[in-house]
Amino acid sequence: MSAAKKTHNTEDFLQMYRQMARIRTFEDNANQLYLSAKMPGLTHMYSGEEAVAVGICEALRMTDKITSTHRGHGHCVAKGADFKEMFCELLGKEEGYCRGKGGSMHIADQSNGNLGANAIVGGSMGIATGSAFTAKMLGKDDVTVCFFGDGATAQGLMYEVMNMAALWSLPVIYACENNGYSEYTRTEEIAAGSILGRAQAFGIEAHQVDGQDVLAVNALTEKLVDRCRKGEGPFFMELMTYRYHGHHVGDINREYYRSKQEERDWKENRDPIIRFRSWLVAEGIATEAELDSLNADIRADASAAVEYALQAKYPDVSEVDMHVYAA
Amino acid sequence: MRKITLSQAVNEALAEEMRRDPTVFIIGEDVAEAGTPFKVLSGLVEEFGTQRVVDTPIAEPGFMGIAVGAAMTGTRPVVDLMFGDFLFLVMDQLCNQAAKTHYMSGGKLNVPLVLRTNMGATRRSAAQHSQSLHALVAHVPGLKIAMPSSAYEAKGLMKTAIRDNNPVVIFEDKLMYNDKAGVPEEEYLIPFGQANVLQEGVDITLIGTSSMVQVCQAAAEVLAKEGISAEVIDPRTIVPLDEETLLKSAKKTSRVIIVDEGHQSYGVTGEIASRINEKAFYHLDAPVLRLGAMDVPVPFSPALEDITVPTPERVADQARRLVRGELIHAA
Ligand SMILES: Cc1ncc(C[n+]2csc(CCOP(=O)(O)OP(=O)(O)O)c2C)c(N)n1
Ligand SMILES: [Mg+2]
Repeated sequence: MSAAKKTHNTEDFLQMYRQMARIRTFEDNANQLYLSAKMPGLTHMYSGEEAVAVGICEALRMTDKITSTHRGHGHCVAKGADFKEMFCELLGKEEGYCRGKGGSMHIADQSNGNLGANAIVGGSMGIATGSAFTAKMLGKDDVTVCFFGDGATAQGLMYEVMNMAALWSLPVIYACENNGYSEYTRTEEIAAGSILGRAQAFGIEAHQVDGQDVLAVNALTEKLVDRCRKGEGPFFMELMTYRYHGHHVGDINREYYRSKQEERDWKENRDPIIRFRSWLVAEGIATEAELDSLNADIRADASAAVEYALQAKYPDVSEVDMHVYAA
Repeated sequence: MRKITLSQAVNEALAEEMRRDPTVFIIGEDVAEAGTPFKVLSGLVEEFGTQRVVDTPIAEPGFMGIAVGAAMTGTRPVVDLMFGDFLFLVMDQLCNQAAKTHYMSGGKLNVPLVLRTNMGATRRSAAQHSQSLHALVAHVPGLKIAMPSSAYEAKGLMKTAIRDNNPVVIFEDKLMYNDKAGVPEEEYLIPFGQANVLQEGVDITLIGTSSMVQVCQAAAEVLAKEGISAEVIDPRTIVPLDEETLLKSAKKTSRVIIVDEGHQSYGVTGEIASRINEKAFYHLDAPVLRLGAMDVPVPFSPALEDITVPTPERVADQARRLVRGELIHAA
């Protein structure tokens, strides 16, 4: 673990741990819902990448904005969402954050500055940059973080908006979650040259960081967010991470593109939660017992939310043509 | 006759054409080892290699553009667009470039490419992975649009598409990939612009595209039990459109419903209805009815999604009312 910032107190650290554990627990439950055929459709699990969303979002204020991806449950939790509304959304229920209209791929707690999860790879890059444009235009000090995967770096839109963001010094941070794969293809096969170099070509300061180290991610983000607020943006981060599940929950037989050995190595040796937990205990910030009880609370919370969502109402059919146009 | 899935039928069509013509190649995301998320292309890279089954980064406008240029210079690309919804990303290359090149060059340049993609809701995939956008491209002169309604159709239409000297967009219904149908072992092609009359009838004509053909057939079955004889027609290609067959049927039965999974407004149903109104007006006993998908983004929730698409019950219901003369003054 990287050295922690002095300004952090015990509660900040526990909050980071709690948020990572909440994401993992949310995903375990979502996967269970899929496996037991209780969840409509497919979903993309964020398990393994928790330190990225949490390290970044813990450096943001509620009013800062993020844009999320098809693998968006982690961003949603990290930006402050509650389990109940999230599970309701996953099951297409009326009380979901999007009233059941979005589902897994569009899940977002809009009231916490989440501008939406996007099912179009790279589709949110314009939105994030536009959000930063608003901040500058209206003289607010909000920062926007654009989450996207390594695969999304192939989209042309990214280069168009990075160019403008750099020209206009917009307060946006492009956060590339490099989990080594773009669907069923290794990143090396779809990305020529250097990913950081692409941002640097526009004069954008770019950093690579260990995405399994929540403190490193958080420390870097805090610095960049501060500088964004002072008008020094945009910035680019490449967060090296790993997804534990298949591309989506249905991607079970995946040895043709990714070995079990590789998966085991990441899970056993680089797990962001296990690593942070050992650090918390070693530093005397929390005891094993305290963390166990925290985990138990989170699990109970998740079970209750799942139960609630399973029983919750579907939207009334009259909602089908509601919200096509704003009033 | 042996039965194979729609997915296998597409795979066979591609393999046969690639064997026949070395300039045919496939390009798209995860088309090689992965064989696409729907596994439609499984096995092709093993036979044809990565030179002809080309995996790309997630760069739809980029590989679409490369395909247009490759098609103009002596190859026949089959572009694999993973979801029909991604058409919005490739619109410039498809509609401003591919569709117009032959015309703008005074007939000197051709763009013989196939864009194979999909359509169809009720897969619980929400608004950006469920659209049926065929009307959008059908609006652009220079593109041909095929909509296979079964494994048999998918194979024959794909082979014709690959041999066509124009850009062709083929929409497969992603919910039909595992549906089986009789497909002969011998080679066959299905010409464009020739509708298929699946079932003859005298009281009403049901025109359906893609999976809506099955919806029309199911409705016809229900209607038959009530003594209403429905004719079911699949246009197969909406551009070119076999007007003659559609008009002949409309004149015979005097009542028509068109069923299509695109949004109802400004879509395929409206276009066909209008042509029938214009050219068979004096033969009609009732207004031509349209049944498309609701004019809403496709919702995720099953409770909402299911009511956005036409069903056999709704088709049969409308048909009954037409036959009873109830809808003559329909609003
Ligand atoms: C424009 C577009 N093209 C293709 C897809 C299909 N697709 C969904 S996720 C994905 C891979 C994305 O990889 P990456 O950006 O690295 O994100 P990860 O899944 O690894 O988190 C693809 C190709 C899509 N949703 N949108
Ligand atoms: Mg990735």
